[in-house]
Amino acid sequence: MSPHDVVISGIGLVSSLGEGPDAHWRKLVQPGLEPVLEASRFSPYTVHPLPEIDWNLQIAKRGDQRQMETWQRLGTYAAGMALDDAGIKGNDDLCTTMDMVVAAGGGERDEAVDADILAASESRNDRDVLLNEKLTTELRPTLFLAQLSNLLAGNISIVHKVTGSSRTFMGEEGAGVAAVETAAARIRSGQSTHILVGGAFQTEHSDMLLGYELAGYLHRGPWRPVWQRRGAEGGGVVTGSGGAFLVLEQREHAISRGRKIYAELGPVVSGRANRREGELDDEIAALLSQAALPNGELLTISGASGAHAATAAEKSALDANPAIAARGFSTLTGHMKEAQFPFAVALAALAVERKAAYPAFDAASEKPFTGVPTTVLATAIGYHQFEGMALVNAA
Amino acid sequence: MANLNDHMGRPIVVVTGIGVVTSLGIGKADNWAALTAGVSGIHPISRFPVDHLNTRISGMVDFLPSSSRGASLLTYDLAEIAAQEAVAEAGLDWGDFGGPLFLASPPVELDWSERFSLYNSDKHDIGAERLLRVARGLKGLDVFETTQFGSIADRLADRFGTRGLPITLSTACASGATSIQLGVEAIRRGECDRALSIGADGSATAEALIRFSLLSALSTHNDIPEKASKPFSRDRDGFVLAEGSGALVLESLEAARSRGATILGILRGCGEKADDFHRTRSKPDGSPAIAAVRAALADAGLCEDEIDYVNAHGTSTPENDKMEHLSLSTVFGERIGSMPISSNKSMIGHTLSAAGAVEAAFSLMTMRESVIPPTINYDNPDPAIVLDVVPNQKRDAEVGTVLSNSFGFGGQNTCLVMAREPV
Repeated sequence: MSPHDVVISGIGLVSSLGEGPDAHWRKLVQPGLEPVLEASRFSPYTVHPLPEIDWNLQIAKRGDQRQMETWQRLGTYAAGMALDDAGIKGNDDLCTTMDMVVAAGGGERDEAVDADILAASESRNDRDVLLNEKLTTELRPTLFLAQLSNLLAGNISIVHKVTGSSRTFMGEEGAGVAAVETAAARIRSGQSTHILVGGAFQTEHSDMLLGYELAGYLHRGPWRPVWQRRGAEGGGVVTGSGGAFLVLEQREHAISRGRKIYAELGPVVSGRANRREGELDDEIAALLSQAALPNGELLTISGASGAHAATAAEKSALDANPAIAARGFSTLTGHMKEAQFPFAVALAALAVERKAAYPAFDAASEKPFTGVPTTVLATAIGYHQFEGMALVNAA
Repeated sequence: MANLNDHMGRPIVVVTGIGVVTSLGIGKADNWAALTAGVSGIHPISRFPVDHLNTRISGMVDFLPSSSRGASLLTYDLAEIAAQEAVAEAGLDWGDFGGPLFLASPPVELDWSERFSLYNSDKHDIGAERLLRVARGLKGLDVFETTQFGSIADRLADRFGTRGLPITLSTACASGATSIQLGVEAIRRGECDRALSIGADGSATAEALIRFSLLSALSTHNDIPEKASKPFSRDRDGFVLAEGSGALVLESLEAARSRGATILGILRGCGEKADDFHRTRSKPDGSPAIAAVRAALADAGLCEDEIDYVNAHGTSTPENDKMEHLSLSTVFGERIGSMPISSNKSMIGHTLSAAGAVEAAFSLMTMRESVIPPTINYDNPDPAIVLDVVPNQKRDAEVGTVLSNSFGFGGQNTCLVMAREPV
């Protein structure tokens, strides 16, 4: 234990299961919990939809809410919860010195405008002119700002006054991994004392599904747990809307403010397997070894997406270590892309803090864990590229 | 032996390779010749029809094979060409860089040409449903990869043999500067001896142009394109959308010395501060930009009077130039009227995600060549902005230190301080 350790002092979570760390804990410790599914709106795809959210609770001004689409609102909301949880929200001194790293994709396009242009394209050869004609007249000017990747962070600055610094990382699950890894490195090296880090994903929009389906990654047909989608129709990924933000803090800084500490964030490791060359198995094994796993039973919060190849590689690497008891939370939340790794780390921190393991999320594929988890592994093996893991230790 | 650490005991970070592409051409030599001759790269848009558009000019890079093949492919090519020049200059192995990659690039979306072609390859259903059904029948990953935010960096990592998980970032128009800052920080933390920082932007599509246009951000001075970008002028009316790339090889001074590399400049300090005022406008008192400049100076261990030249963000929008002047005059006080401050964007336009990296490259060359590129089109000075903008003609000058500003939508403010000599 060192004063420069990185600790987790705030958690904000939203998923189909509800909102907040307590609500997630209460749900997730129920054995045999059924997922919340929406199977008709995007048929043949199933998604885990957002719960009812009262945006006013974290985004007081209607004007701010109107400037955002659901993705940015969701992230800003989850970020506000994490700041509240850490006792930072509304504290000017702490907010103006707080750094921020957000993992982001893009925001929602206007589906009606796009559909209109596509429909018109069937009878027009001058499609580029059509595009100019429609976009100049039909696009809502401020929608651009709701689409820009870095404007989730921008909205967090505006709504929650976090202004120490603001950086946005892009690149699916890898963005979430790099955000957590970089934030932790900055705290360990003394470059920062407290950082807001996380992301959000709003899957209930056709473009967000298209981002997976252009490579056939989405699972189709009846829902199945994340480990049981091989052989089913489609590519294995079931997506979910959600967000996860963490307040990472230098231990000394958190203690001096008398804050509750969920857990210590241990090593965060990341990699880029050249999957075309078949390097994924070796890369996962290398990350497991770099993470310096402790002896004994190890609860593992897996961010596995369900994508066939990546999920099979992760499962076989985890199964190869008899000490590991994995919990694939995508079974219950769906895959949340950029938010996947921060979500995994948050669930790991909760288990450490509550001194109890989650029951199997899929009893047919996951084995029991009986002890008290003092160290928990969190993983995110990208559905297409990039890999990362972190060890989360008792505070 | 000179000190290898800076005023805060951190490894000194130096630049050993520089690469650049803009509408003025490929590579440092062509760009520098044009830039110091006051040549503009702004020209009429030919990549797509301009019917219905208020702005019909840009600083697009139209001379690459991928120039008309979509934002993702062009951004990759721009990044690769700049990085290749930088890595070659650094004398490093082209395929085995051996350090991390930090890429500033625009957010990606499925290009309209792909949307049209997917949609019209089928007749069933309508709208998004049809696109999704066609998508799941696609063979090959080419279209898919243009929509993945991590794919350009993934390809670059393969190409240059960078180490680990590459970071793709966006801090809007400050992105290029942030990519450099991330590299500097990684070296200072001792995580690596060298880093490859790239800013690249090939996203000047019709939709991007229309989006900025709808926010009234773009110049509509279409008649004489090369005159449209006029930072700090009274009649400035917006920025000119442009494309380009800049790449730096960053190394610890120790690592660079030990392999006998030529040191092209020092990355002395980085500063940032977010603005919580508005999504596109800055706080009226300029305090976030002021704080970013001061943070960069403090990080560099320099006082205000030790900066010789400012490479301005200077976008040519009414708002930016006014706020940049306010911020700089607050930090530098009376000296501001006599410090040279020029905007490369007067010639190359605003290269968005690439701008911070492109302008860092030009800042380093300014010091090495002892020539300050001008702010062109400065025919009608804004009386409210009294600055020495190095008007219209390059200037020979010994420049030992440069401040380079980058400000962006979403409250992004990032400043870099560079120096010619180690400490």
